[in-house]
Amino acid sequence: MTIELLTGGPRPPRAGAVATTAAYARRGLLKLRRVPEQLVDVTIGPILLLVMFTYVFGGAISGTTGDYLQFLLPGILVMGVLLTAVQAGVTLQADRSAGVVDRFRSLPGWRAAPLVGAVLADSVRYAATAAIIVVTGLLLGFDADGGVVGVLAAALLVVGFAFALSWLFTTLGLAVRSASAVQGIGMMAIFLLVFVSNVFVDPATLPGAVAAFVDVNPISHLVDAVRALLYGEPAGAEVGLALAEAAAVTAVFAPLTARLYRRS
Amino acid sequence: MTLAIETAGLCKRFGEVSALDGLDLTVERGVVYGLLGPNGAGKTTAVRVLATLIAADDGVARVLGHDLRREADAVRSRLALTGQYASVDQDLTGAENLTLIGRLLGHSGRAARDRAAELLAAFDLADAAGRPVKQYSGGMRRRLDIAASIVVTPDLLVLDEPTTGLDPRSRADVWRIVRALAAQGTTILLTTQYLEEADALAGRVAVVDHGRVVAEGTPSALKASIGAARLHVRFDDGAGAAAAADTLRSAFGLEVVHEPGSGTLTAPVDDPERAAAILGELTRRHAAMTGFSLDRPSLDEVFLALTAHQEVQP
Repeated sequence: MTIELLTGGPRPPRAGAVATTAAYARRGLLKLRRVPEQLVDVTIGPILLLVMFTYVFGGAISGTTGDYLQFLLPGILVMGVLLTAVQAGVTLQADRSAGVVDRFRSLPGWRAAPLVGAVLADSVRYAATAAIIVVTGLLLGFDADGGVVGVLAAALLVVGFAFALSWLFTTLGLAVRSASAVQGIGMMAIFLLVFVSNVFVDPATLPGAVAAFVDVNPISHLVDAVRALLYGEPAGAEVGLALAEAAAVTAVFAPLTARLYRRS
Repeated sequence: MTLAIETAGLCKRFGEVSALDGLDLTVERGVVYGLLGPNGAGKTTAVRVLATLIAADDGVARVLGHDLRREADAVRSRLALTGQYASVDQDLTGAENLTLIGRLLGHSGRAARDRAAELLAAFDLADAAGRPVKQYSGGMRRRLDIAASIVVTPDLLVLDEPTTGLDPRSRADVWRIVRALAAQGTTILLTTQYLEEADALAGRVAVVDHGRVVAEGTPSALKASIGAARLHVRFDDGAGAAAAADTLRSAFGLEVVHEPGSGTLTAPVDDPERAAAILGELTRRHAAMTGFSLDRPSLDEVFLALTAHQEVQP
């Protein structure tokens, strides 16, 4: 080993919040490129569900498979992207266990930059998942009457909601001790919320108590908004409600994540 | 010149466990300072407090003149920590890891990449620069981790057990890096449970036990503090050694250390002439003696003596 050049040049000017956040976001994208499986395993599930539900239960539930695909696709889009959001918590937990969080926390600069940067990079994954599911749906024969604008607006809304929900999973990631626990708890929560919602069936057929939960389930509200956008129907109220709920989730869990992060 | 580290009465509890129990530390700038102690002595807690990762419950601490509580960000911009577990991203390559740190510290993209390449070459990692860190050996990962701490030369480099778990060769590499950095004037605080390591690298050592400093000084002063040279005498059997121990006690009044059954005995002897007289008497009376040696106490013995002393006190 030749040890020379150990001493760097003069200390560069301190990095600003934007530059550090961008550097952390770039790290997230590099990791995504390095470990593309992360994207595959959360995308294949929803696509399998889409295909299986459409061709196995579609006829029984909606009369024809085509009608059921039309009903199901918006919900699968929501489900697929929200499942991807769990990964935010898994990554953060792994970083903490590996000591990477210690390294970042011992650097100067804006304290929330690692968190915000990682969550921003995740948006790219959400967009990719959304694209894969929408394209699969179109190939199977989904009619997007909302047109390109409707599809883009729906995808944007789902990505925005996933962005908000990822703060819930980062909180979870800092609260539990293993990455697989984050994965397990996160997936279970999403499956529960998605199944007891209006994703798979019309809530009108459900018993009272279950229907009552479906009515207040934010996933149902988000699916209502996504359906309206994809079908090209008026969507103002539904979108407004979904955005308000996304903002509420962020307002609670982003500060909670930051608080746990400071103490980790 | 301001001190590198100055702490007084630093306390930190984790539930029932008192990890730091009034730690007083004074570290001058430009030295390699060793924090020596067994597992659980509080070394890592001390380092995490100094690197602003956790807050102390009580006491005051200044790093490079900055108060840890009120000027934490200023401390972070001048101190770099290499933790006990390699804190580099396993999914990224060595070059990507160092470039990331460079950007986070304010380098432009190009400057960060240049500095990363420079350090990778200096640390013998140029060939592995483009490989994900998860494919690195333990020694390579440790070198990369130290490189990450000097992307921008810190005023104080903190290394927490930098050679724990490394093979002898990688350990020698790390020692060389520490010496080279020290030669260039970087103040280094290093924790270790290897006494030999503190002896080899540190100009001053604090022995830490149960969250407080039990002894402080240069390695040689610490050794001198528990007595002078030691005479070791060997026999083939325990009976011969026991008889010789009796001779040394009765004829010379020495405090002999002899484990029953052991063929070896040890006695402190501070003067060569006296050692010669003792050896003459021993060879005359105990012909079965098979060997002897005279040496300075090791830091191990210093350490055991100090921590054993600590335990008798309430």
